[in-house]
Amino acid sequence: MRYLPLSDTDRADMLARVGISDVDEIFVDIPKSARIDGLLDLPRRQSEFAVERDLTRMAGKNVAASSVPFFVGAGAYKHHVPASVDHLIQRSEFLTSYTPYQPEVTQGTLQYLFEFQTQVAALTGMEVANASMYDGSTGTAEAVLMAHRVTRRNKAVLSGGLHPQYRQVVEGLSAMAGDRVAALPADPTGTEDILAAIDDETSCVVVQSPSFYGQLIDLKPIAEKAHAHGALLIAVFTEVVSLGLIEAPGEQGADIVVGEGQSIGNGLNFGGPYVGLFATRQKFIRQMPGRLCGETVDANGKRGFVLTLSTREQHIRRDKATSNICTNSGLCCLAFTIHMTLLGGNGLAKLARINHANAVKLKGALDGVAGVSVLNDAFFNEFTVKLPKPAAEVVEALAAKGVLGGVPVSRLEPGKAELADLLLVASSEVNSDEDRAAFVAALKEVLA
Amino acid sequence: MSMNTQGRPSAPSETAITSERATFTGNKALAMEEPLLFEIGRMDVCGVDLDEAEDFAPALGGHARKAVPDLPALTEPEAMRHYVRLSSKNYAIDAGLYPLGSCTMKHNPRLNEKMARLPGFGDVHPLQPLSTVTGAVDLIAELAHWLVTMTGMSAVAMSPKAGAHGELCGMMAIKAAHQAAGRDPKIVLVPESAHGTNPATAALLGYKVVSIEAREDGTVDPAAVKARIAEHAGDIAGIMLTNPNTCGLFERDIIAIAEAIHAADGYFYCDGANFNAIVGKARPGDLGVDAMHINLHKTFSTPHGGGGPGAGPVVLSERLAPFAPLPFLRKGEGGIEWVETDAELKDGEQPFGRMTAFHGQMGMYVRALAYMKSHGADGLKQASEDAVLNANYVRVGLQDLMSLPFGQRWCMHEVLFDDSFLKDTGVTTLDFAKAMIDEGYHPMTMYFPLVVHGAMLIEPTESESRASLDLFIATMRDLVMSAQKGETDRFKGAPFHAPRGRLDETRAARSPVLKWERPAATAVQPQAAE
Repeated sequence: MRYLPLSDTDRADMLARVGISDVDEIFVDIPKSARIDGLLDLPRRQSEFAVERDLTRMAGKNVAASSVPFFVGAGAYKHHVPASVDHLIQRSEFLTSYTPYQPEVTQGTLQYLFEFQTQVAALTGMEVANASMYDGSTGTAEAVLMAHRVTRRNKAVLSGGLHPQYRQVVEGLSAMAGDRVAALPADPTGTEDILAAIDDETSCVVVQSPSFYGQLIDLKPIAEKAHAHGALLIAVFTEVVSLGLIEAPGEQGADIVVGEGQSIGNGLNFGGPYVGLFATRQKFIRQMPGRLCGETVDANGKRGFVLTLSTREQHIRRDKATSNICTNSGLCCLAFTIHMTLLGGNGLAKLARINHANAVKLKGALDGVAGVSVLNDAFFNEFTVKLPKPAAEVVEALAAKGVLGGVPVSRLEPGKAELADLLLVASSEVNSDEDRAAFVAALKEVLA
Repeated sequence: MSMNTQGRPSAPSETAITSERATFTGNKALAMEEPLLFEIGRMDVCGVDLDEAEDFAPALGGHARKAVPDLPALTEPEAMRHYVRLSSKNYAIDAGLYPLGSCTMKHNPRLNEKMARLPGFGDVHPLQPLSTVTGAVDLIAELAHWLVTMTGMSAVAMSPKAGAHGELCGMMAIKAAHQAAGRDPKIVLVPESAHGTNPATAALLGYKVVSIEAREDGTVDPAAVKARIAEHAGDIAGIMLTNPNTCGLFERDIIAIAEAIHAADGYFYCDGANFNAIVGKARPGDLGVDAMHINLHKTFSTPHGGGGPGAGPVVLSERLAPFAPLPFLRKGEGGIEWVETDAELKDGEQPFGRMTAFHGQMGMYVRALAYMKSHGADGLKQASEDAVLNANYVRVGLQDLMSLPFGQRWCMHEVLFDDSFLKDTGVTTLDFAKAMIDEGYHPMTMYFPLVVHGAMLIEPTESESRASLDLFIATMRDLVMSAQKGETDRFKGAPFHAPRGRLDETRAARSPVLKWERPAATAVQPQAAE
């Protein structure tokens, strides 16, 4: 087997060295009744070529985003990732290293984590950021738990503009942990009265901007009301590129900012792995979940980096830890930070403008289709369209015409009649005039 | 031990070459210092060519930011150099033996990387119409079949993002099962030797953790489990047990433990971090396990990536299968059905909720399936046997010099030593580990598990050749003898040859510096956005 260095001669010699003739003697502690006689009922080993052929066939049954006019978003976005990013993250020294528990020989990982934390703090307008969560949705659930620890309350108010699956992750964990959740109804236009839902028992208010439906939300009044009641504002985003153009949540009074970082550096990957970004105020750092990288010096006085404040973490604090997270999204952080470094602040702003400009163009094009209306007045690169018939049917019909035209809201919020005709449409720098023309033409045919 | 003693120096020198010799740059030939990107980046360059957006009327509704983010950029050649230089400061499996116990640092085949990057896997969106991702669903179904077959379980929840997330998923399924039965037990039993994630997970769900001590041979005594159960009669939610355990031993009474837990109406959660020892040798389903996460980034070689991403699918017993979270796969009449929402549920399906947005770590699924198909049933079994043989070969090679806390007995895929062989040498476990760095090795797991004083947990994995193990054993023997001879200079203050000397972790924690701050004197106003 090509991955196993021991030859049969090695095995025989090594068995003799440890004093046995059959390797099964080592497994003596496994109860006899539970030992597998022979082989598992699974296929035998395959050559590299055979495996490649099998998997390439499976991959060939899927429609790749780059191969069609593509307008699918709803929490994961198609962007161009520079080739150098994917090359660099595949360097052995990054790819095949473990969590940097031995800082003397992992300064490469530690320094990029420190740079990553600095970038995330700057983008979100916050004072500190951690070294990543699994993704935006799990990060949001962790943010809610953190707010409960900070406020010593247990009721979270969730905006109706929060991604429905993020809401479900929060609701599931809260139900199990005995915490309370007040989730507002779906809010496609950003007109809900969330201020009225905040009271003296509220631990945190969770608001997404741009919302799941694409609407930009003014966080300042929400932050003010939350703070007046001793609650925290958790600002969520699923499209990190938006931060290149819209005001940072930290500038609007957010206490915890959490979101999905996939758009920068990371591919769609059918949903994962992604990278959760998590930032907060300095005063809350000891309640943060996840790893933190900090600056220090070595025995010779040279600057170096280490994982720090680990007394918050499970391997030290066990059942008193701030979270159970261990492995996070290390390599996805690296992809994020390399792409972010290539862009810089000005490049990100430019990229964001292109995204927004394309979305504005798309809105203009869709406004011209009979029976179609765009619901959002302020948006970034995604908005909600009301169709004259159920969006799920329309999306399937568009796919049959070779256009991936967005996400029917009903896929995530089934059984709600008022949402059945709503279609979420995203547009990024990869969309051309031809893509938009193909989309509009196909949509007209489908609705005709 | 001094290596490279053969051959002549190519340029004999009159004076001794010392590593202390200073250079103008601070670099030492290939060992180069690298500033932070914020110290070398600039606001007026960009590593990505982007066209200016044409004139258009923005629809930001007054939400535009006033200044661009204060983040400097590097052009592509500068970025390549920055990250390549950083990479040179990392130890990696591809560079050397990485014997971190409980972490399974095995070879990461590059075929798997190539497959995960096929556009049909890497460039598909989780919410595309299902008709355009049938191959992706097929792949998940096939991986699920391998996992269920290998473990002898009924179902698998694919979506957890890493091991600890899998633990959370499994324990949520257990809590949901209790709730469905109208029960609300409060206690989870966790052996002292457990990973920290186990008690942390139980506590997240509001459980009280009751610890079980290890018996003298390093395993859990069913009598101790029964005693704890009796003390908390009627209030046992379950047990979280790692098997093979963190002492590198197979819990030989596991079936009796499972029966005791089941008799108390509790569930058996198995931490599957050490599954690499027993793939193809035993199935957790035959041991009474109700839920077990599988770290695809350990047993099935998806790269650790400097701390992730991982993937932690959870296999479930028949009793827990109905509570698996969304999304899940169902065998329907017309083939595999993909269930994403409550609206699609059939009778008996009671998912407790959702662990994450979307469907989990597809990128890791592709890599893990490529690994499994490459090995096959025969190769997977061989890999486990080699992993276990390698660990015992190391054990036998070192047991006369280093101390085994539980005596000379077979270990599984990792061997646990304690630090009693360092007693009175003046060398600590930490010193010893840091001296290993100078010899070109990543240290083993230290000070874990907590049940052993000065624990040193060595997991060589099946990826090491015999020659590699022989050199490792010889190096470790040399270090032990050196410590015992009182050569403390080799240990105190080590490492001496790494990119950095020992780092001041106390200082880092006392006054945390968690990001770069622009020095006040050089502060500049960021440019306006529009």
